[in-house]
Amino acid sequence: MDFATFLIQCLNSLQYGLLLFLVASGLTLIFGIMGVINLAHGSFYMIGAYMAYALAPFVAATFGGGFFSTLAVGLVLAVLLGYVLEWVFFSYLYEREHLQQVLMTYGLILVFEELRSLLVGDDVHGVKAPDILAGTLPLGELMTYPVYRLFISGVCLLLALGMYLVFTRTRLGMMIRAGSTNREMVQSLGVDISFLYRVVFAAGVAIAVFAGMVAAPVSSVYPGMGNTVLIICFVVVVIGGIGSIRGALVAALLIGFVDTFGKVLLPSAAGVLVYVMMALILLWKPDGLFKAG
Amino acid sequence: MNTDKSKFIFVIACFAALAAWPFMAGAYGVDLVTKIMIYAIFALSLELLVGTTGLVCFGQAAFFGIGAYGAVLLSPESGSASLLWLLPACILLAALYALAVGALSLRTKGVYFIMVTLAFAQMAYYVVHDTPLGGGTDGIYLYGKPSFAGLIDLSQGLQLYFFTWLCLLATFVKLAVLLKSRFGRALAGIRVNEQRMRATGFSTYPYKLAAFTVSGGIAGLAGFLFAVKDGYVNPELLSWHLSGAVLIMIILGGLGHLRGALIGAFAFALLQEFFKSESIFGNFARHWHLGLGITIILSVALLPKGLVGLPAQWRDRLLGRSARARGAVGESR
Repeated sequence: MDFATFLIQCLNSLQYGLLLFLVASGLTLIFGIMGVINLAHGSFYMIGAYMAYALAPFVAATFGGGFFSTLAVGLVLAVLLGYVLEWVFFSYLYEREHLQQVLMTYGLILVFEELRSLLVGDDVHGVKAPDILAGTLPLGELMTYPVYRLFISGVCLLLALGMYLVFTRTRLGMMIRAGSTNREMVQSLGVDISFLYRVVFAAGVAIAVFAGMVAAPVSSVYPGMGNTVLIICFVVVVIGGIGSIRGALVAALLIGFVDTFGKVLLPSAAGVLVYVMMALILLWKPDGLFKAG
Repeated sequence: MNTDKSKFIFVIACFAALAAWPFMAGAYGVDLVTKIMIYAIFALSLELLVGTTGLVCFGQAAFFGIGAYGAVLLSPESGSASLLWLLPACILLAALYALAVGALSLRTKGVYFIMVTLAFAQMAYYVVHDTPLGGGTDGIYLYGKPSFAGLIDLSQGLQLYFFTWLCLLATFVKLAVLLKSRFGRALAGIRVNEQRMRATGFSTYPYKLAAFTVSGGIAGLAGFLFAVKDGYVNPELLSWHLSGAVLIMIILGGLGHLRGALIGAFAFALLQEFFKSESIFGNFARHWHLGLGITIILSVALLPKGLVGLPAQWRDRLLGRSARARGAVGESR
């Protein structure tokens, strides 16, 4: 492997890892703070990707905008979706056992997948990257690297930075951190916990949808894409330590590198490497790398 | 609450109805119920872990798949193997893998345990998926179905049906006896409060490991039957979709009761068949997931204790007991 290839794989790993981080951060927040195992989280990623595909014509016709307007419209819809979902389906689940939540969110996956099939169909679609970002950058003498992938990494990094600032610098972030450590105490200190839950859930959904929309031009849009992401995201959450955003970032990057380099160096064992890594890490640290609280 | 007697009668009636079924149904019905009974055995194996011991295993399909692959790989290329050694061998294979997985993963707890069991199942999945050992993604066929001394020939649909029925009955009885034993009581104690069990002098790890191994063996039995029924295995038998589906079955049926696993397996499979049937839904049957999903969501909303809790819920409503009392009764399952 020469240096240029190595560099390209590193960039790919980074991009994949950061994207995973976006989806997994919502999952770990929802689990860490609300105590809900949300199997439907992968569906939000899928919904995002399909929005990028299906909303584009509408947005172009109504607002005359391109990819970025679609992103904005999608984000607004995602926040609404998350807010309504929390209100209708999740708000009465907090008192229930975890496994009841698993059952219900499994039902939601089935419903989302079929609604997608009814509305958009079962075909695989491609989404075009916006023209400004469609070019490539030269790397070395022979290789090039698509600008759009760099854009993904950049946007994810910005979002991660934004989340970091919200968590460490704002009152909302303080309440969220406190909530993931001790829910009852936060509630008894007078924080409106149901509003906090709704905000966290809507934010988690919005981030996952956003990740799906941004990823659509690279990964293409296909049925069942949510389930693959879901399982990998659970791996991220668990390796990182449940409820820990920092852990999710480290674990997502780790998985990004292991998976990408595994596919290059050991193609026959690529699928299993991530799981071997998870098993080893959990046997070494049964509570994940950075346990919250 | 149900008395022990009415539960007993319910289970006896279920098994009697299953025994009578082939005399009323056609070949399709027999095949369908054979499949559901296999799922019921599979669900019972998980119920021992989730409902009894409180260990949520998300990799149960690995043991199922190992039993299934064992049945195919250990059978001779031509002719049929003897049931006498093939069945125990498959159960043993699955139990051995469960022993190894359990020994490692029982070091973790809660959601971490769920994910470690998933990880080990995925490893097994990729071994059969990516290596030529089991025919890769294409899967392999089982040509000679196992038989026993000219008496039992599992290539016959009816014989397979009754053999599966017998296996289900044996599994159910075995688990019922197990749960009444000191071992079963210890497992229930671990579910309720592991710390306290340790404080009373139980070394909980061997108990959990034993439960895990037994559960793996039973799942292997179900896998064996599945391979014999279909005559074909592929890596999907080890996929996490199946692990998830069987978990959904027992939650739907109601955790903490053996008959919950039975009811859940039947409810899940029959709901699937119902929403898939084109004679009822016409073209919309293609979108059967939608109906299944909505039913599952409704069942969570309306049946907090699963289908098993339904009679008690109705009785309480008729007698006009308050929701609070209902909750209190439910706690003391």
